[in-house]
Amino acid sequence: MSEVTLRLTVNGKTHRVRVPPMKRLLDVLRDECKLTGTKEGCGEGECGACTVLIDGRSANSCLVPAVQADGAKILTVEGLSKDGRLSALQRLFVEGGGAQCGICTPGMLVSAHELLARAKGRVPSENEVREALAGNLCRCTGYQKIVDAVRAAARGGRAW
Amino acid sequence: MPRVRSTGRATKPASPDGSVGVSIPKLEAHEKVTGAALYLDDLRVPGMLHGRTVRSTVARGRIRKITLDPAFDWTGVTVADHKDIPGDNVVALIEEDQPLLAAHEIRHAEEPILLLAHESAERVEKALRAVRIEVELLEPVLTVEQALAAKQLLYKDTNIFKEIRIDRGDAASALRSAGVAGTVLVEGTYRTGHQEQLYIENNAMLAERTEDGGLLVRGSLQCPYYVHKALMRAFGLPAEKVRVAQTVTGGGFGGKEEYPSMIGAHAALLAWKSGKPVKIVYDRLEDIAATTKRHPSQTRIRSLVDRDGSLLALDIDILMDGGAYVTLSPVVLSRGAIHAAGPYRCANTSIRARAVATSTPPNGAFRGFGAPQTQFAMECHMDRIARQLKLDPLEVRRKNAVREGDVTPTGQVLTESVGAHEVLERTVRRSHYEAKRKRYAQENVAAARAERAGRFDGRGRRVRRGIGLALVYHGAGFTGGGEVKLASLAAIDITPRGRPRILSASTEIGQGTRTIFAQMVGDALGVPAEFVEVETPDTGLVPDSGPTVASRTCMVVGGMLVDAAREMRAELTAFHGAEWSDAPGFERAARRYLAEHGALRAEKRYRRLAELSWDDDTYRGDAYGVFSYAACTVEVEVDLDTGETTLLSVTTAHDIGKAIHPVLATGQIEGGIVQGLGWALLEDVRWKDGRVWNHQLTNYIIPTAVDVPTLDVEIVEIPYSRGPFGAKGVGELPMDAPAPAVVSAIAHATGIQIDEVPVLPEKLLRAHSQASVG
Repeated sequence: MSEVTLRLTVNGKTHRVRVPPMKRLLDVLRDECKLTGTKEGCGEGECGACTVLIDGRSANSCLVPAVQADGAKILTVEGLSKDGRLSALQRLFVEGGGAQCGICTPGMLVSAHELLARAKGRVPSENEVREALAGNLCRCTGYQKIVDAVRAAARGGRAW
Repeated sequence: MPRVRSTGRATKPASPDGSVGVSIPKLEAHEKVTGAALYLDDLRVPGMLHGRTVRSTVARGRIRKITLDPAFDWTGVTVADHKDIPGDNVVALIEEDQPLLAAHEIRHAEEPILLLAHESAERVEKALRAVRIEVELLEPVLTVEQALAAKQLLYKDTNIFKEIRIDRGDAASALRSAGVAGTVLVEGTYRTGHQEQLYIENNAMLAERTEDGGLLVRGSLQCPYYVHKALMRAFGLPAEKVRVAQTVTGGGFGGKEEYPSMIGAHAALLAWKSGKPVKIVYDRLEDIAATTKRHPSQTRIRSLVDRDGSLLALDIDILMDGGAYVTLSPVVLSRGAIHAAGPYRCANTSIRARAVATSTPPNGAFRGFGAPQTQFAMECHMDRIARQLKLDPLEVRRKNAVREGDVTPTGQVLTESVGAHEVLERTVRRSHYEAKRKRYAQENVAAARAERAGRFDGRGRRVRRGIGLALVYHGAGFTGGGEVKLASLAAIDITPRGRPRILSASTEIGQGTRTIFAQMVGDALGVPAEFVEVETPDTGLVPDSGPTVASRTCMVVGGMLVDAAREMRAELTAFHGAEWSDAPGFERAARRYLAEHGALRAEKRYRRLAELSWDDDTYRGDAYGVFSYAACTVEVEVDLDTGETTLLSVTTAHDIGKAIHPVLATGQIEGGIVQGLGWALLEDVRWKDGRVWNHQLTNYIIPTAVDVPTLDVEIVEIPYSRGPFGAKGVGELPMDAPAPAVVSAIAHATGIQIDEVPVLPEKLLRAHSQASVG
């Protein structure tokens, strides 16, 4: 099978990978970049467990062929904390019960991070938060504590 | 007076009096929010193969021939079938009727027949398509009705896996007296469908042969000792040669109670044959198609009531579809039957429950374990009684809800911690149920009048609103003599660093086992929860504290751990000559103890409580040590033209004895409520020829964040004297109330009671058009 060399900037770090062009970005992140924080829940873009930001926009990495991410800046859950310090969003998930089994948490955090980045300090309404997270399924929490944590982070003024 | 706690959302600082009742950060949450937590699919073992399962595609038949396509390059592919199993070809559970791999007979369409493994996941995927299985077809049994007709026999000569009868008083005679003294007969039949647990992490196991000739199996699971038992049997290995360890588990809800035994044994068989580590990770399609689901049910209730709504007699007949093998159906049925009359007083109750065999994949454990199905029926029936008597559903609940001293259908006297009225009244007050009941009724009449005059709501729609109510209870711990039979064991020891370490097989599956155990043990030892270590549930390291099921983890295993901690504290205090005031003090005392005695371990085995008795033959006695109680109101808006139901609010109060960790406890309640709402409105498993055809998230729909409203949860704490810090069970209870509350609200909004979940728009429209015509 023919392979291509791609350059990805993941969480600020440049990776050169040689992969089949149609390999899923999800698998490139997990296998090549050794970043297993991004999860697979359904493989068809419904559950959002594999959500990452590609050039600032959220995407289901299970639906993205690697070649399409060539040259892109990618943010995964591993990139949300800096120097071992949790972001406000992560901290509020920890404190407020936003993570139960944790399998949806990476994708959920990335989607919430995107929302807060776009809100630029404005506190989104509960409905806005629910809309923004509607592509991320969670079976444990009933969403309430996740929504609360995201809004609490927004009230702090930033995702960070 | 019960203590009431509102939805404590913020984390409070640890108090000097201990951490029980305080929402400390969940112990493993840090790894989960940073992506560092390693779930099974994140593990890579050198030389590892990927395993896949070849299944039947037909529901019933006999295997004639298995062909490996000679045109395919089979180099490096490990192939295993039933003949490769070193021990017995059974999934050891209640009955041993289910094979690990079908040898001759196919009893459902997802029956595993052959296993394949290869170092390349892509290659093994291709190999899967190069296997041809020829089957002689037999007539399948696809419905409960066909099973009862017993034309095709799947199980003994009746197709009935289990029948249970519970009798108190004389329901039959009472029902014959209907009409006497103004008594009224009310009848109804209620149905619930399959439901998929839909944990977001699919089933996944990894098996390796060990140097001592044994097996190490790791995986996403709820019950390490179930897998352990199954592996011993399948491989003919002694206990010490089989080690089963849990990896971080992405949700269970009952779905990882029994099936991991099957997958674990499959991975182990491939590892056994290939000599290499083998990982089996199901994709979503396979997980939904093949693994267990909630038992579908139908329940017929005949009741006799007084004009004021008092229950005089209940005759309840329950049918559940067990699927192709016995698996856990007898115990699911048992819990369903025991809860079938709801938290109500009724002197004459007769319950008959049957689980039948069909040619569909076995149904199994799912949060609530039979009780959501039967209480759905009972709650819908309470509404039917109210409608027939022209009473409000609330009045009928108030009239009949149990109080201390009342007796359940099994003859159990409810002696303490009976929160039925408390949760009902609190829910009614917080939701403004009574005012809304009146208001919506008036508004709906006005809307209908306006529509007749050609005026519609602002968006041109014809909508109706309603509020509904449900009241339920749920027994904590194993049913009847289950805990006594299990005789589970939990322990605490001291690590070389001088820290207490919890040793139990109770798994963290998101619900907070690790954190609440550390809190309770920390408090009992006089040290902070964060100082307490919690060992991984690994059969090589921890005793068998039983499965993580049945709302038993906090109350039963937590209780044993608290006892063990108190014993350890007494021992260490006696040795040390004084109490410690902080963690370093404990550490010093513990290390001195270790230096002198080598080890310190406190162990507790479950012992029967003197006041409880149970007779499994007659189904009389104390089915559970105690029950937890919940009430729930749901407000809905129904669009009469599309049939869509929108949820406007959910209000609930749960009496759980004591919230060890309020944020985690409300998290359990909120999560369970939303699973219940999904079951009520969205989740519909569709079948064709014995196979699930919507086995993907594109068309098996679970609630998203926009499908559910803000949840208003109140925890009521009426302590149970035998529970640790007063705690009862919480895990399953939240699943019981939402579905009947939704049906009740829709009935209030539209005047139509749909006796079946899920209430899909098309079902509601059909019922509405029939009602309009009729």
